[in-house]
Amino acid sequence: MAQTAPVETERPADEHEVTPDVPWIVIVWNDPINLMSYVVYVFQKLFGYPLEKATKLMLDVHHKGKAVVSEGAREKCEFEVSRLHAHGLWATMQRSR
Amino acid sequence: MAIRRRIDRSSAGGFDLRIPRSERNVLRGLPDQLRLLLDEGDAEDPALQRLYPSAYPDDAVAAAEFDGFVRDDLTEQRMKAIAVMARTIDSEHLDEEEVLAWLAAINDLRLVLGIRLAVTEESEPGDFEGDEGTHGSYALYAYLSMLEEDIVEALSGAPPASA
Repeated sequence: MAQTAPVETERPADEHEVTPDVPWIVIVWNDPINLMSYVVYVFQKLFGYPLEKATKLMLDVHHKGKAVVSEGAREKCEFEVSRLHAHGLWATMQRSR
Repeated sequence: MAIRRRIDRSSAGGFDLRIPRSERNVLRGLPDQLRLLLDEGDAEDPALQRLYPSAYPDDAVAAAEFDGFVRDDLTEQRMKAIAVMARTIDSEHLDEEEVLAWLAAINDLRLVLGIRLAVTEESEPGDFEGDEGTHGSYALYAYLSMLEEDIVEALSGAPPASA
């Protein structure tokens, strides 16, 4: 990845340092009911992942018990978790460590 | 002879639904059963807890806040899907939105049945031969699984090249 030269920025002295939003991760957990083909379909539909990536994530969920399917700002992750719940997947979220 | 799916993309657009009447009669009562569960079910019912999982299992406050934001919306989406499936239960042709509603309602029904039956990944049909009710529920679960596979395949497939 290309690196850009450091740019000097001027900041007002009183601006408090904003801690960057700690990224969050969305986890899908294995469950014995959802069909493998359906889970692949949902990952493609909700995240726009290509078939290969969606299939790999589904297999991770199946074999390892869970997989991180997405990450980012809290609001984005909450939206994605609600979409996963609407599709019947068992999804949770937490801070990335 | 190739086994035909119960649903396929139609060359005329949309989807053809080839479900025999006897099967439609089995499906007919299901949307209303699901609606009743969503409407009047006990929030502690494991099936409802499965339909509305906790987003934050380790943070009760955040989980409750999230639930407050999304639950009504989720229920509304589910009710819409249920209504579409009920309305089109005898249709031989569905548009994409209607197929997605069938998929959503059928997946919810499978989740409810699977929880009730305590299905595991090791489950085999023989495990559910006990009493008649359990046997019937499992037969329905297996049928809905097959129908859902057909729907996912149909949605994932390309439209037929020619009429």
